Amino acid sequence: MSELENKLNRRNFLRITALTGGGLILGFNSLSASSPEQEQSFDLNAFIKIDAKGKVTIMSPNPEIGQGVKTSLPILIAEELDVDWKNVQIQQAGLDTVKYKRQIAGGSGSVRASWDSFRQVGATARQMLISAAAATWAVPAAECTTENGMVLHSGKKISYGELVEKASKLEVPKDVKVKPKETFKLIGQRIKNVDNHAIVTGQYKYGIDTKREGMLYATIIRPPAFGMTLTSFDDTEAKKAPGVKQVLRFENKIAVLGRTTWEVMQGAKKVKAQWKEEGPLESTADYIKNLHALLATSPVDKPRRKDGDITAAFSGAAKVVEVNFDAPFLAHNTMEPMNFFAHVKADSAELYGPIQTPERARSRVAEILNIPQDKVSVMMTRMGGGFGRRLMTDFVEEAAMVSKLAGNLPVNVIWSREHDMGGGYYRPMYSYKYRAAVDKDNKLIAWHHYSAGVGGSASPDSFPAGAVPNLQVDTHVYKSPVTTAPWRGPTHNFIAFSEQSFMDQIAHDMGKDPVTLRLELLELAKSSPVGKVNYEPDRFAAVIKKAAEIGGWGKSKGANIFLGFAAHFSFESYVAQVAEVEKLADGKVKLKKVYCVVDCGTVVNQSGAETQVEGSIIDGIGHAMFAEITLTKGKPDQTNFSTYRMIRLNEIPEIEIHFSKSNVAPTGLGEPALPPAGAALANAVYAATGVRLTSQPFIKSDLFA
Amino acid sequence: MKINVNSTDYTLDVPDNTTLLDALRVHLNLTGSKYGCGEGACGACKVLIDGHAVPSCITLVASVQNKAILTIEGLEKDGKLHPMQQAFLDADAFQCAYCSSGMIMAAIALKARNPKPSRQEIVEAMQGNICRCCVYPRIINAITHG
Repeated sequence: MSELENKLNRRNFLRITALTGGGLILGFNSLSASSPEQEQSFDLNAFIKIDAKGKVTIMSPNPEIGQGVKTSLPILIAEELDVDWKNVQIQQAGLDTVKYKRQIAGGSGSVRASWDSFRQVGATARQMLISAAAATWAVPAAECTTENGMVLHSGKKISYGELVEKASKLEVPKDVKVKPKETFKLIGQRIKNVDNHAIVTGQYKYGIDTKREGMLYATIIRPPAFGMTLTSFDDTEAKKAPGVKQVLRFENKIAVLGRTTWEVMQGAKKVKAQWKEEGPLESTADYIKNLHALLATSPVDKPRRKDGDITAAFSGAAKVVEVNFDAPFLAHNTMEPMNFFAHVKADSAELYGPIQTPERARSRVAEILNIPQDKVSVMMTRMGGGFGRRLMTDFVEEAAMVSKLAGNLPVNVIWSREHDMGGGYYRPMYSYKYRAAVDKDNKLIAWHHYSAGVGGSASPDSFPAGAVPNLQVDTHVYKSPVTTAPWRGPTHNFIAFSEQSFMDQIAHDMGKDPVTLRLELLELAKSSPVGKVNYEPDRFAAVIKKAAEIGGWGKSKGANIFLGFAAHFSFESYVAQVAEVEKLADGKVKLKKVYCVVDCGTVVNQSGAETQVEGSIIDGIGHAMFAEITLTKGKPDQTNFSTYRMIRLNEIPEIEIHFSKSNVAPTGLGEPALPPAGAALANAVYAATGVRLTSQPFIKSDLFA
Repeated sequence: MKINVNSTDYTLDVPDNTTLLDALRVHLNLTGSKYGCGEGACGACKVLIDGHAVPSCITLVASVQNKAILTIEGLEKDGKLHPMQQAFLDADAFQCAYCSSGMIMAAIALKARNPKPSRQEIVEAMQGNICRCCVYPRIINAITHG
C-alpha cells in the first residue's frame, strides 16, 4: 500500500478552523499526531463554511454528471444544520482525498455512502452553534432550538453568523444525534438543481468550455479500427494548415494542436497516417459466431455460482425451457464529448474537466508523468453526462501527455463526436444462454445461466438466485481488441432484460401468471433460501405487487392493449415495471406507457428522484429499441447520431412512477430503473404478438409501428 | 467579417470556412451553445437566426453576416429571464443539462410560430434535439408552459 493510501485510510476527524475573516469551517482532515484527543469515530467528508454575515456555503465533493448529487448531498447537511436552503451557496469541491472520501460518480453510490456521515456533519455544526448561543445567553444548550440559520431561546434569537466566531473556538462534540425523520424539512421535498440559473442563461462552464491564457486546443488522430497500430505519418501539409501550431506523436496516436477546435480538426484531416493490422480485424458477425461457439461448449472455468446440482435436476425434468439472448456493443454517447484540460509543468500538473473518477485520474497521471500524486491537482466540472464512460481515465491521461509533449503548454484536448463514438469504450457485447427445468409438479427446479461476452460477464446472485434449489451461473470472456467499460447499470443493463424475459417465458411455459411466478419464488427465497440471497424478499415482493396494482395487471384494458412485467434488484434498490403496448390494426405494436414502482429507501430529493427514474426508463427503452455499435473489420459502423439512433421526444412513452414509502437509508437511484425497462417492453410485445424478442435493438424485429 | 449576435455587432477575423458555433464559442467566448455532433443531428448547438432555430455547427459564419443571431446568453433582458428559460427552471427540466441551451432555443422558435402547441406538435417539432439523460417528459412540460 502506498504512503498516500495509508494516509487516506487513517481515521479522519472533525476539525474547526477559524477563518481569517471570522468564520467556521467544519472539515474532515486526516488525524494529526499532535491532537489525538480530537479523533472522532465517524468518517465524514464534507465541509461547511459560515461567514460572520451568516452566509452558508456547503461544499459538494462528488462529481456531478447529471445525477443530481450537487443538490442532494448538500441537502443532507443543510437539513441537519437547519438553515434556509434559499440562502445556501453550494460549491463544487475539487479532488481532496484528505478531506473527502469516495469522490466518485458511479455505482449509484454517492447518496448511499453519504447518508449518515453528511447528516452528522450538519448536526455537529448545528450543535456547536447552539453551544455558542447558550454560552452567550447563559442558558442550558438543551433549551435552545434552531430555525433557518438562527438559534432561539424563549423569544430571543441570534443568527449563525453572529455565533460563528465563538462556535469555532469550541470543542467538537461527538456522536451528535441526527433529526428523526418526522422532523425533516428538506429531505423528501422537491428541490431544484442548484446550477439551474447558470444553465438556462448559458453561463455554466463545462469542461469543454475551458479556456486559459496561452492554451492550445488539441484533437487526436486515433487508429481507424480496433486492432490497428500506427506505423508512420506525414504531417507536412497539416503543419501548414491555418491555426495549426504543433503535430505530435504519442503512443499509438497523433495529436494536432492549434488555436481553435475547428482549425485543429481541419488540420488533422491533412495528416497522412499509415496504420497496420496487429492481428485479424474482427467484425460483429465474427463476435456473434465466436460467442455462440463458446456457449456450445461446456463451461471451463469454475462456476460463478453453484447451488444444488443442475445436471441431476435437468435429467429428471418434466419440461426444459431454453432461450438465448444477444446484446450489441453500445456507445455511452455523453452529450458532452470526452475532453480534458491539462497543464503539466516541470514537477506538477493541473487537471481540470469532466471526470467520474478524479482519484483514479490523479493516480494514473502521476504514474505517467512520474511525479508524486500530491503534485497533481484535479478539479471536476459539471459533466455533460457520464453513463460510465467517464469512469475511464484515458482522456485525462491523453491531455496530460499532450501538455507535456507540447512543451508544458496548457491544452484542452477535445474529442470530436466521431472519435468519441468510434474510438472509445463500449458496453460489452454479450450472448447468454438460459435453461430452466420444471418438474412434474410444475415447480421450477433448476436454472442455468451461461454467459459469454466480449469484455463482460454475468451477475451471479441476481434473482431468482436464492429461490431455485439447483442454480448455476457460468461465464466466458472472449478477448478482443475492442475496449469495453461499465455502461449505466453495468451488467444489470442486459442481465435484467434477459433474465426477466426468460422468467416471462418460463411462466408462459408453466401456464402460470408471470407476476404470480415471481411472488411464489420470492416466497421460497424467504421461507427456504438457497445459498446467498442478496435481496430482501419482502421488499422485492412489495414493489412487484404495487406495480401490478398501478399497472392494472390482470385487468382488461381493451382488446388491443397488452401488458408486460419485469422487476429487478440492483444497487440495493427494488424496481418493478409494467409496460403497456397497443397492437395496431396492421399487427404492429406501439409502446404507450410504463408504470414503475421503486423502493430506494428514503427519497432525499423528490424532484431529482423522479427525473432519474423517468430518464432511466426512457434511456432503457431507447437503447433496447434502437441502439447498437456494429463493427466491420474492427471499424465501428456508427460514428455519429445520424447513424447511431438515440430515442427522441416523439418516441417516449407516458410514465407513471410510484416510490415506496420507506424509513430505511437511501439506496441507489441513478441506475436501477434502467435495467428492467427493456424486459417489460419485450414481455408486452410477447403478450401482444407471441414473438419473443431475444436480441437488441428491437427495431430490427419489424414488430414495431 | 461582421456579425450581429444578441443585438451587438462584432467584427471577426476568421477563415471563410469557420462555423458559426466555433465563432461563437472560441472567438466570442459565448460558450452557452454546445458542440454535440458537428453534423446538425443533436441540436445542442441550436441558435436563432432571424427567429429560426438552426444548428450552428453546420452553419458557416460567413452565411449569417446580415442576420440577427440570438444565443442563450442573449435571452435574459434587464435581469429578467425569457419565459422559456423560466419554464425550464420551473419544470426542473435538467440532468446533465448539456442539451438545455439548444432545447430552449428550439422551443422558443416553436412557440414563435405556434404559441399554443399540442403535446404532439411539441414532440414532432423537437425531434431534432437529443437529451441523452432523457429528461424528455419535463422538457415537454416546460415547453407547454413556457
